[in-house]
Amino acid sequence: MSSETSQQTKPAAAENGAKGGILGGGAQQKLLAFASLIVLVIVFSWMTDKFFRVDNILSILQATSVNGVLAIGVTLIIITGGIDLSIGTMMTFCAVITGVVLTWLGAPLILGVATAIATGAVCGLISGTLVARAKIPPFIATLGMMLILKGLSLIVTGTKPIYFNDTPGYTDISTGSLVGKIIPAFPLPNGVLVLFLVAAVVAWILGRTVLGRYTFALGSNEEAVRLSGVNTDRWKIAIYALAGGICGIAGLLISSRLNSAQPALGLGYELEAIAAVVIGGTSLSGGRGTVLGTLIGALIMAVLTNGLRVLSVAPEWQTVVTGAIIIVAVYADQLRRRKTA
Amino acid sequence: MFTRRQLMGAAAALSILGGAGMAQAQEEIYIPLVSKGFQHQFWQAVKQGADKAGAEFGVKVTFDGPDNETQVDKQIDMLSAALANKPTAIGIAALDSQAVIPLLRKAQEAGIPVVAFDSGVESDIPVATATTDNKAASALAADKLGALIGGEGKVAVISHSQTSLTGIDRRDGFVEEIAAKYPNIEIVAVEYGDGDHLKSTEITKAILAANPDIKGFFGTNEGAAIGVVNGVREMKANVTIVGFDSGKAQTDAIREGLMAGAVTQNPVGIGYETVKAALAASKGEELPKIIDTGFYWYDATNIDDPTIAAVLYD
Repeated sequence: MSSETSQQTKPAAAENGAKGGILGGGAQQKLLAFASLIVLVIVFSWMTDKFFRVDNILSILQATSVNGVLAIGVTLIIITGGIDLSIGTMMTFCAVITGVVLTWLGAPLILGVATAIATGAVCGLISGTLVARAKIPPFIATLGMMLILKGLSLIVTGTKPIYFNDTPGYTDISTGSLVGKIIPAFPLPNGVLVLFLVAAVVAWILGRTVLGRYTFALGSNEEAVRLSGVNTDRWKIAIYALAGGICGIAGLLISSRLNSAQPALGLGYELEAIAAVVIGGTSLSGGRGTVLGTLIGALIMAVLTNGLRVLSVAPEWQTVVTGAIIIVAVYADQLRRRKTA
Repeated sequence: MFTRRQLMGAAAALSILGGAGMAQAQEEIYIPLVSKGFQHQFWQAVKQGADKAGAEFGVKVTFDGPDNETQVDKQIDMLSAALANKPTAIGIAALDSQAVIPLLRKAQEAGIPVVAFDSGVESDIPVATATTDNKAASALAADKLGALIGGEGKVAVISHSQTSLTGIDRRDGFVEEIAAKYPNIEIVAVEYGDGDHLKSTEITKAILAANPDIKGFFGTNEGAAIGVVNGVREMKANVTIVGFDSGKAQTDAIREGLMAGAVTQNPVGIGYETVKAALAASKGEELPKIIDTGFYWYDATNIDDPTIAAVLYD
């Protein structure tokens, strides 16, 4: 259990150090989300001794992996002031195409991984082009993409799931445990490692690269960026493509966990991801947000659903409480910002 | 503006179109089936049976359903669209056993016979209901699970719906049978995963965390059962799992021994009987109120028997 807490605080400390200067008030906002997470964990642990156990903590982390990766992808887009409603069905589409390549065509595993990411990137490239060049509002462009990709998944598969029984090692992407081989008492699923890896890379991109700087700049004042001679369209398309590639990783995670590409899944996952982003303090109006905040937001969502279930709260009340907590979390963030402003 | 010739031409064209339409209405028998979904393998098997009956009786059959089993509103839209096409008869698998009643009343007033399939409707409008006796089928699942865990211990139910009649019947059939016959079995949780594999997985893991001594699970449809299997596999728990329906993931789990067995319906039979009954009703024939399409228990010992293999789907 002590190793669990160090897993969370280590990246927290690292990122606060790395990005505090660039994002200004970001540290305080992350602190608030992190405090809410800790409070939730303490409350659930106090209410039942079944909650804070290694097995259950690992379950929560694994439940965070798919939603967390999706949320990190969409964080990029939300920082530019856009939105991507297609991430849920895009994730499924990437899983389906991976299934086609691995199971139907019998390609080796590594090619399947590359396919998933490439499929997502191409989808993102299309969304980005629609938004940046065709000037279709992101909400509409990605709503269209959401439906198109959902339909395509069903068409490609003939509505049947594609199984990964012929690809040895595919389920290890999500459910295997490299950590467990070193520390048998703490078999952290690989899916969680993937989530942390994605978080670290995207945090680095946002904090340390030109692409990252333009991501924030586009969300703050796109016109000013454009007038200063930057090809804003091209950068925007790149950001959507990057987010799409991240979606592809989520597709790998979910299909490896279910050992199948389920063509009917995906709708609704975009809203959970967006909720995680918002709880994490990223502004829907753009220009502000952090990967660490999103990660904490996704953890809050997973802790909440798991904790309520472990407490055996009636299912209909679970959704009410989850909705209320989302609102409270965002309101608390608003209050804090009003005070500092 | 218009010359007389143009007007007459238009009138003639209209009358031809109208005549053609009427001739078509007389010739073609059209039976739309509004299902609960079409993406799950179960519904594809129902569609297969409906198409088979359509081809056999020379009837035009369409099959439509919403994306998931919570979209009661979308199903209502589909039903009213189907009724607007003036069908000969209509088949409906209601997501909500009461929400469809106003529309079905309209169908009744228009003289369109309604056949319910899979799920019943809480009304006497449907001339027949082609369905599995879901309560009896789930009671069978309860008996099997009860015997497998030795008649005592904790069990949990992962259901696919809190509102549809199949969800309610399967839950109640199981819960009531356990209460009546197995006083030493405690049902510690009844949760709803909406038939979503991943959601059902997370629910299972939370229940396992809350009840480490749990002995058995019942998943009430394909998505729920696979979710239980995934959750149990990930937690490396040692429990007895009983499922419902089939699908490749479930039959594989039964062959591997991860799952003790499952109750299967006869989805192809449901689709076939629905179209057959709808056609008979449109000719004014008397029908039994319930057309029982049957159910079977299958496990590793009988999964390859011809009678079982015929009703399982991948």
